[in-house]
Amino acid sequence: MAQAWRVLSFWNSIVNDSVGIVSAQRAQFETPLTFKSGAVLPRYDLVYETYGTLNADKSNAILVCHALSGHHHVAGYYANDINNVGWWDTMIGSGKPVDTNKFFVIGLNNLGGCHGSTGPSSINPATGKQYGASFPVVTVEDWVDSQARLADLLGIKQFAAVMGGSLGGMQAMQWSLTYPDRVRHVLAIATAPHLTAENIAFNDVARNAILTDPDFHGGNFYEHGVVPTRGLRLARMLGHITYLSDDAMADKFGRSLRSGKLGYNYDIEFEIESYLRYQGDKFAAYFDANTYLLMTKALDYFDPARDFQGNLDKAFAAARADFLVLSFTTDWRFSPERSRSIVNALLHNHRNVSYSEISSAHGHDSFLMQHDHYHEVMRAYLERMAKEFQ
Amino acid sequence: MSAHDPVELAAARPDFAAIAAWIPQGASVLDLGCGDGSLLRYLKDTRKVRGYGVEISDANIVACISNGVNVIQSNLESGLSGFESSAFDFVLLSQTLQATRHTEPLVQEMLRVGNEAIVSFPNFGYWKARLNVLQGNMPVSDELPYQWYDTPNVHLCTLHDFEDFCKSHLVHILDRRVMTGDSEIRMLPNLLGSVAVYRFKRST
Repeated sequence: MAQAWRVLSFWNSIVNDSVGIVSAQRAQFETPLTFKSGAVLPRYDLVYETYGTLNADKSNAILVCHALSGHHHVAGYYANDINNVGWWDTMIGSGKPVDTNKFFVIGLNNLGGCHGSTGPSSINPATGKQYGASFPVVTVEDWVDSQARLADLLGIKQFAAVMGGSLGGMQAMQWSLTYPDRVRHVLAIATAPHLTAENIAFNDVARNAILTDPDFHGGNFYEHGVVPTRGLRLARMLGHITYLSDDAMADKFGRSLRSGKLGYNYDIEFEIESYLRYQGDKFAAYFDANTYLLMTKALDYFDPARDFQGNLDKAFAAARADFLVLSFTTDWRFSPERSRSIVNALLHNHRNVSYSEISSAHGHDSFLMQHDHYHEVMRAYLERMAKEFQ
Repeated sequence: MSAHDPVELAAARPDFAAIAAWIPQGASVLDLGCGDGSLLRYLKDTRKVRGYGVEISDANIVACISNGVNVIQSNLESGLSGFESSAFDFVLLSQTLQATRHTEPLVQEMLRVGNEAIVSFPNFGYWKARLNVLQGNMPVSDELPYQWYDTPNVHLCTLHDFEDFCKSHLVHILDRRVMTGDSEIRMLPNLLGSVAVYRFKRST
C-alpha cells in the first residue's frame, strides 16, 4: 500500500505539477554577433522552450541559464518521449518554487551547444561543412549578448529574473553587469565570481582527455566519421567526481564490490567504478566533444573582476538588480566561500542581497536536486518577487 | 490587519519603537540575529533604512525572505569578518546579547562594522527576577521564557553589569532606554525595568 502510494505520488508530481507537454522552438538570428575574442558569427540559431504565459506588460519573464551539460529542455516532457523530463523539473512547474502559473519561464540552449543551437557540430553555411574546430571560443559575456537578442525577439525589455546554477549562475550574474537595466533579480546558485586554479586544473585535465583522443582529429572528427568517445567519457567521469561529495559517494557506493569479492584484475570491481563508467558512456553517447571544450573554457574565462584589477567590488558596481545567492555546504567545486565573496561584493555596492548556505550532502550537484529547505528559500524569494507585478 | 503592520509590531515589541526612535531616515543597518526579520521590516517601513539581517536558522532565512528583508545566513559566533569596517551606520543586536557565547569579541566586532551599535536585552536585575532567585528559583517570565535546562541564554546581565562592561571595554554609552512592558522606566531602572536598550559607540 505504502509502495503504491509512493508510486502514485511520484506520478502525481510528474504529471500534475509539471508544465506538461512542451516543445522546443527555434529562433534564427541573421545579424552577425561579435564575440569577445573578436571572432564574428554571421548568423546563428538558438533553440529554446517556454513555460507559463507572458503577461500583458511582459514583466513576468524568467530566463533560466544552463550549466556545462545543460540545454533548453528545463521542465516538462515531450509528447513523443514522456520519460525525457526537463533537467530542472523539480524547480519549475505549476505550484513549484518557480511557479509557471505566475512566471513565464524561458530555457535555451546556449550558443556553442549541441542540442540544436548553433555550435561546433552545426553546418557552417560558408563552407557547407560542420564548424568543428573553427567554431569561435565563446564566453559568458557572448552568451548573455546572444540571450539578450532572444529577449528582444520575445519583446522582453526586462526580465523579472535571470537564474542559474554553476556556469548558469555566472550568466545570471553577467546579465546584471552587461544589461543592468534589463534584469530585476539575479538568482545565482552554487556559483563563483571566477574559477580557482584547482577548478581550472580539473577542466584542463578534462580537456586534455578529449584533445589527446586519437579520434578527436583536432576538433574535426565529424569529417572522419568518428567520435572521441574515450576522451569525452574520461572528461565526464572526472567532472562527475567533482560534482559529488566524498560523503555522498560513501553513502551511495561505499566500498561495495559488484561481485562481492576481489578479482585481482583491472575489471570493473567497485560499484563506484561501475557508476562512473555508466555516467561516462551515457554522456559520451550524446554530447559533443567540441561543445564540452567550449563550455569548460567559458567557465575558465569568466572573471568579471579581471577588467578591474581583480577588484570584484568594482566589477559589481554596474549591477542594479536584487540578488539571491545560494551555496551548498558540501559543494567543494563551487564552495560556499566563493558565494560569500559574491555576497560581500554586493554588500559593498549596497545591493539588495540575501544569502543562504544550504545544508546538503550532495556536493555541487545539490542545486539540481529536490531539497525541501532549498526549495522553500527559492519559493519564498520568487513569491515575494511575484508580488512586484501582481 | 497585516501580520507586519508597524503599529501592531511596535505594540508587541516595545523595544522596536525604542530602537527606531534612535535611527534616522535612510540609515544603513545591520541586524545581528535578526530572527524572522520583523525588526528590519519595521525599520524599513518606518525609517526607510537600507538593512541587512544576519541569521543562522534555516526557518528564519525563509521567514526573512518572505518578509522582504535582506538576510545573510551566517554564524554570529564566528565573527563579522565578511563585513567591512564602518560599513553600517548602526549594528543592532536585539534580545540576542545574552544568548551569545563570545559576547566580548562580538561587541567589539559590532563597533568595528558599525559607527554606532544598539543592543537590547532582558534585565536580570529586574525585581521579579531578583525575587525568583531570592525564593530559590531561576526566573521564568515573558522576557526570560525558558527553563534553566533549555535556555539559550548563557550571558545574562543586569544594567549595572552591562554599564561596567562598557566602562572597562572603552565603550561609550550614548543613550539608554529602560522599559517594563510598553512603559518607560526612569526611576530605579535596574530594579524596575525588565528590558534595557542601549545605544553606544567606541570611546575616542
